[in-house]
Amino acid sequence: MKAGHKFLLGAALIVGSVGFLIAEGVKETGVYFLTPTELAAKTASDPTFVENVGFKIGAKVVPGSVRRDNATRTIDFRVSDGTKTYPVTYHGLVPDTFTDADDIEVVVEGRLGRDGVIRATDVLAKCGSRYEAVPKA
Amino acid sequence: MTLLGQFALWAAFVIALWAVVISFSGRWRDRPELAATVVRSVYAVFACLVVATLALWKGLVTHDFNIEYVAAYTSRNLPSYFVFSALWAGQKGSLLFWATVLSLFASLAQLLTSRRYAHLMPYVAGVTSAVVAFFVSVMIFGSNPFERLPFTPADGRGLNPQLQNVGMVIHPPMLYLGYISITIPFAFAIAALLTRRLDTGWIQAIRKWTLVSWLFLSIGITLGMWWAYVELGWGGYWAWDPVENASLLPWLTMTAFLHSVMIQEKRGMLKRWNLGLIIGTFLLSIFGTFITRSGVIASVHSFTQSNVGYFFLGFLVVAAVLSFTLLYTRWPQLEAEVRLESMLSREAAFLFNNLLFVGIAFSVLWGTLFPILSEAIRGTKITVGPPFFNRVNVPLGLLLLTLTGIGPLIAWRKASAANLRRQFVAPLTTGLVTLVALVGAGMRDPYPLVAYALAGFVAGTIGQEFYRGVRARRRMHGEPVPVAFFRLIERNRRRYGGYIVHAGIIIYFAAFAGMAFKVQQEATLKPGESVELKSPFGHRYRFTHVGISQYEALNRVVSAATVQVTKDGKADGLLTSEKRQHVDSFKRPTFEPSTEVGIRSGLQEDVYLVYAGSVDGTEEAVYRINLNPLVWWVWFGGFVLAFGGIVTMWPGGGPLIASRRPVQAGYGVSLAGAGAAVEAEKD
Repeated sequence: MKAGHKFLLGAALIVGSVGFLIAEGVKETGVYFLTPTELAAKTASDPTFVENVGFKIGAKVVPGSVRRDNATRTIDFRVSDGTKTYPVTYHGLVPDTFTDADDIEVVVEGRLGRDGVIRATDVLAKCGSRYEAVPKA
Repeated sequence: MTLLGQFALWAAFVIALWAVVISFSGRWRDRPELAATVVRSVYAVFACLVVATLALWKGLVTHDFNIEYVAAYTSRNLPSYFVFSALWAGQKGSLLFWATVLSLFASLAQLLTSRRYAHLMPYVAGVTSAVVAFFVSVMIFGSNPFERLPFTPADGRGLNPQLQNVGMVIHPPMLYLGYISITIPFAFAIAALLTRRLDTGWIQAIRKWTLVSWLFLSIGITLGMWWAYVELGWGGYWAWDPVENASLLPWLTMTAFLHSVMIQEKRGMLKRWNLGLIIGTFLLSIFGTFITRSGVIASVHSFTQSNVGYFFLGFLVVAAVLSFTLLYTRWPQLEAEVRLESMLSREAAFLFNNLLFVGIAFSVLWGTLFPILSEAIRGTKITVGPPFFNRVNVPLGLLLLTLTGIGPLIAWRKASAANLRRQFVAPLTTGLVTLVALVGAGMRDPYPLVAYALAGFVAGTIGQEFYRGVRARRRMHGEPVPVAFFRLIERNRRRYGGYIVHAGIIIYFAAFAGMAFKVQQEATLKPGESVELKSPFGHRYRFTHVGISQYEALNRVVSAATVQVTKDGKADGLLTSEKRQHVDSFKRPTFEPSTEVGIRSGLQEDVYLVYAGSVDGTEEAVYRINLNPLVWWVWFGGFVLAFGGIVTMWPGGGPLIASRRPVQAGYGVSLAGAGAAVEAEKD
């Protein structure tokens, strides 16, 4: 076999493994990213989704819904997209950007419990524009 | 001053457009005075942009809050060096900064490039002017830094507290310098394609520029990791966030390019590949800007969402179509001069290295864009996070690390069994010894074990090269070891500088692998209560909560929580983490509260303390404590890498043009064999 052909074989092997790793990685670690409305539709069409499938939900925190218990490091709040609202409970520390102020966008990762509460494993807060001051009305 | 700034922007825009038109019309080819004017217009644009930058700086320094940008990013009580760096803290200012630095680089490229390449320069001027004109047009038509407010606020909003960090004063400019300087090699590549002068000339002309932009990107990425580590408080330095990925992508393809050009210089292969890489690197740098500024992909740290993103998207598409069309039309002239002779050769090792770099870049790009792709194709948005990137890139990265050891030592063309034995027996031994030692020490995790064994192997190859080089110099010149060591590097900057860069890479890999063993604990503590943690190096830490104190500083109200650290039973001082509420000069709160992490850095592990708040305003504090192994080595690896990069591009030290000599059997062989080989080796 010529060196050029051997190289092509090696190259195909590398390209193949990159493709395989990507496909495998997406299958194993990919997570649905849903809005509350989409989550409601998903659970309605597929009841096994509840408790079994992890997802991320992107929504706004309902102002005034945040209940913190620092002693047990638990935080409860509700998220909404204006149409559907879900309660969330999270045990852990939330980032600085997670506040009670209006219009805080969050990405919550977790599963939906049978009681309709999202058990969060991670909470990311995103200020509309992280590097810029929030204009005070 | 804003009027002057506006005028300067428009002047820069018009002059740059003129240069583009004349350059690409090709009229200068038979009119030398026109070619000279095109080049001079590059300097004129730079002068205009300097005026615009000074005008904005004047507004910042004099607190002219009627200028929207000044009011949005500074306040009266902001420390003066942050007022100065506010030029690149926001979208509009950073665009101006970008355009100015780009036109500085474009001018330097015209000034410093040897006259040998004079035939390329008007085209180079045309490409750089086109990019400058684009950035200036974004400012004029989309995001104008000189925009005025209908009223003058009494004070500005101040700078985001997370940007009030020394790292943030230098990290963005470093990254920008890296991104921006990529334009110069890209411009040369396009000029070479346009003139059909497709020998290695253009590659030699840009060698330093590619190193410069690689160096700035490397430093910028490392500083970005450092900033994320000390400011963001989640406990790590790399989260595979889209913005981080955006900076990594051009770095990966640029690094691939730095390796593959050696193959073109020495063997006349890979011409198309190299042009593709440099065009791709430029497009990725624009893509990175598009991602960070458009808000298309959710990221924890992006600029404001704005229409500016669409300017960049449009530019990206136009630049991609034009460049690749040009490359396609010149395709037949880019035939390789020789063919690959053996799989056991340096050429083959470098080819695989390039495939891996591009493969990693592709997977990072794919993962970053996956939410958009999956939504477009399958209708449901699916995201991938750090687990995806680690699964894919850890194995690919380890394969690449292996090639870091093989590539520089294996012979060109075809390695003989003797060459392989001579070069690899000792390094393989150091790799095996590392592996056995770590297994003996109780490490059982497969990936870190492989990483450290490979790091040992590569370190062995580098050590062997230095050892043999020093030995040869000692024999020939009778120099003492330190003198021989420094002369060795000095006389072969490109080669030994490259080894130093590789040493930095090994340190990076070793440090990254260390994070697999990090320890994390959350605790709610009353004063006097404590929590105990055991580090992966076997140290026992005890953290006892001392108390919380409140005080006011220049532009913030601080609540500071302190713990007493005990290491292995011995008192080891206090460590404090703060919650800060920033205020303006009227004591009104600005921004959400921010956390100042308490870090004690050590050679083995960092203690990383985050104060997350108090329980109902009492002195009972909520903490998160991390023991992060080997983090110090990430920063050290960055230093080594940067130092190596500087060595390779330091002026002098041999001809820049690599001679296309008939190939030798490998560096080591030539060193030990022919007596004068070390002196002759200059590339």
